[in-house]
Amino acid sequence: MSLNEVWILAEQKNGKIQVVSYELLNRARTLADKLNVPLAAILMGCNIAEDEVQELIYRGADEVYLIEHTILNDFLAEPYSNALCHLIDVYKPQILLAGATSTGRTLLPHVAVRKHTGLTADCTILDIEENTGNLLQTRPAIGGNILATIKTPKARPQMATVRPHSTKPASRNPYRQGTLIKPLIPEKCFVSRVKKLDFIEDKTQEISLQQADVVVAAGRGLGRAENFKYIEELAKLLNGAIGASRDVVDRGWITYPHQVGLSGKTVTPKLYMAIGISGAIQHIAGMQTSETIIAINKDPDAQIFKLADLGIVGDALEILPVLIEKLKQYKSQHEQEVTE
Amino acid sequence: MKLIIPIKQVPETGNVKMDENTGTMIREGVESIINPLDLYAIELGIRIKEKFGGEITVISMGPQKAIEAIKEAIAMGCDNGILLSDKRFGGADTWATSYTLSKAIKKIGNFDLIICGERATDGDTGQVGPGIASFLDLPLSTFTSEITYMDEKMMHVKRLVEGGYELLELPLPSLLTVVKEISDPRLPTLHGKQKAKKVEIPIWGPEDIDAELDNIGLKGSPTRVVKTFHPQVSRNGEKYVTRDLESIEKAIEKLINLFKDKQVI
Repeated sequence: MSLNEVWILAEQKNGKIQVVSYELLNRARTLADKLNVPLAAILMGCNIAEDEVQELIYRGADEVYLIEHTILNDFLAEPYSNALCHLIDVYKPQILLAGATSTGRTLLPHVAVRKHTGLTADCTILDIEENTGNLLQTRPAIGGNILATIKTPKARPQMATVRPHSTKPASRNPYRQGTLIKPLIPEKCFVSRVKKLDFIEDKTQEISLQQADVVVAAGRGLGRAENFKYIEELAKLLNGAIGASRDVVDRGWITYPHQVGLSGKTVTPKLYMAIGISGAIQHIAGMQTSETIIAINKDPDAQIFKLADLGIVGDALEILPVLIEKLKQYKSQHEQEVTE
Repeated sequence: MKLIIPIKQVPETGNVKMDENTGTMIREGVESIINPLDLYAIELGIRIKEKFGGEITVISMGPQKAIEAIKEAIAMGCDNGILLSDKRFGGADTWATSYTLSKAIKKIGNFDLIICGERATDGDTGQVGPGIASFLDLPLSTFTSEITYMDEKMMHVKRLVEGGYELLELPLPSLLTVVKEISDPRLPTLHGKQKAKKVEIPIWGPEDIDAELDNIGLKGSPTRVVKTFHPQVSRNGEKYVTRDLESIEKAIEKLINLFKDKQVI
C-alpha cells in the first residue's frame, strides 16, 4: 500500500480557519487511518496567526502545509491553482478533499483538469474500497433521486468536494502533536489576471445558509412577501438562516442567495423547517439530507410530509405568531433560570 | 464581441413525479429542455451582444437530439451553433467533457468571452465551466451574479459567495459561470424561431476538433461509476393535523419539544 498522504484543503477568511476545514479533517481522519497514512491540511493565505494553524493539528492534521503570500489573502483561482498543482507535483498525495463551497467548487475542477485526474462533486459519503484502497465517493445525483458511488481507479490524486455541514467538525484535542511545513513555492505561481476589488457583505446572509445548524425556509404557503417577517423572527429565535423555495424567489419575496434546491443551494442543517413549501422535487434535492425536517403545510397531501420527521397540517400564518410568542416566553424564562 | 456559450440538453424535471415504491424519477414522457441555468448564460450573452454588437456561438455535446436545444438558443437570439456528437464522446465525465468542449472552442478560434450556466440540473456538478477555463488557461469568475461594468478589454463582475458578493476585475478574453441572479431569460420569438429553422448546425466529431481519442468519452474519463442506489427519502414521521386553537397549541408544544430535543433552543 502506498504511503502517500491524504490531504484536505483548509479554508480561511480574514485569517480565520473556516469550520468546513474541521469537517473535512473529521472525514479525512477516518480515511487516513484506514489507509494508515498521514493526514495533512493545506492552508493558503497571508499572515495567518500561529494558533489558527495549530488548531488544524488539534483537530486531526498530522501535518499542515502552510503557503503564505499577499496574493493568497483572498481566494483567487489562478494563484491558488498554481500553488496547489505545484504542491501535488512535489508531494504526490493520494487523496485531496475540499469543501463544496464557492472556493472548493471553483478551485478543484481547475486543479483536476491540470493534474488530469478525477473529481467528484458534492459528496455526502466517503469510504475506502477494500483490497484496492481506492476512495469511494458517494453523491446524490439526478436531483437527489439516486445516490451514485464513484471512484477514480488510476489517476492520482483522487479528488472530491464534500457537502458542507454533512458531517460534524472534528473534535479538538489540545495535546495533539503535528508538524508545520512551509513548502517553497516558485514565485511565478503567485500571479493573477483576475483582481479582487471588494467584498460586499449581505446582511441578510449573516448566518451562512450552508453552515447554519437551523434553516427556516418558506414557500408560497406564506401568502405574501410581508409575511416573511415571521420567518425572519423565527430564524432569529432559533439562531438559524433563512431559506426559500424557488417559487417565492421568482416572485421577488426574497433574494436568490436564500434559494434552496436544484438551482439554488444545497443545505444539510441539524434542523430544517419547511413552512408553506409543497416539496417539489427540485426543492427536496436541496434539503433532503438535513438531519431533522419539520414541515408546516395546509395541504395534508403535500409531498413535503413524506420527508418530514414532524409534519404539522395547518395554516402557517395561524401557527407562526403563536409559535414565536411561545418561543419568546420560553427563552426569557430560560434566561431567568440561568441567571438565577 | 465574439461570445461562446456551451449549453447542455437535460431532462425536464419541472413536473417530474416520483415513483413512491421505487423512489425513482418517473421518466416516461419527460421532455428534454435546455439546462435551466444555461438560459441565464444565453440571456446575458444576448444582452452583451445588444450592447456591443457581435456574434454568439452556442456549442453543445450530446446526442443528435440536442440540436433542438441549440435551435432554441438561436431562436432566443444567438447566431449559430455547433453540435459535438459522436459515439466516442459518450460516457464522458466532467474531465473528458471539459476537454472536448475546450478542443471545440479552440477550433472555433477567436472569442472575447465564454459564458456557462453555473451547473446542469441533471449532473449537478458545476465542474465543466471551471474545467474549460483551466484547459484554455482563461481568467475565471464562477457564481457570477452581475456584470457591473464592461468594455472591450475588461469587465467588473459580482460573484455570489458565502455571506455576500465579491467584486472582481477580469481582463478579456475570460470565462464566466453565471447564477440565476444575472438575468431574466427571454422567450424565443416567432422571428427567432423562423431564423433558427434555417440555420445549419454543423455536427463535429473527434477528428473535427483534433481530439485525442484517449481523452474523450468514457475512455478519457478518470472517474468510474461503481454503483447507484436509491436513498431512503421517506421518513414517515409524525403528522399532526391542527383544526382549532387548542390543536394549534398542541402542535406548538410538539414543535418546542423537538427544538429542545435537538438542542436548538
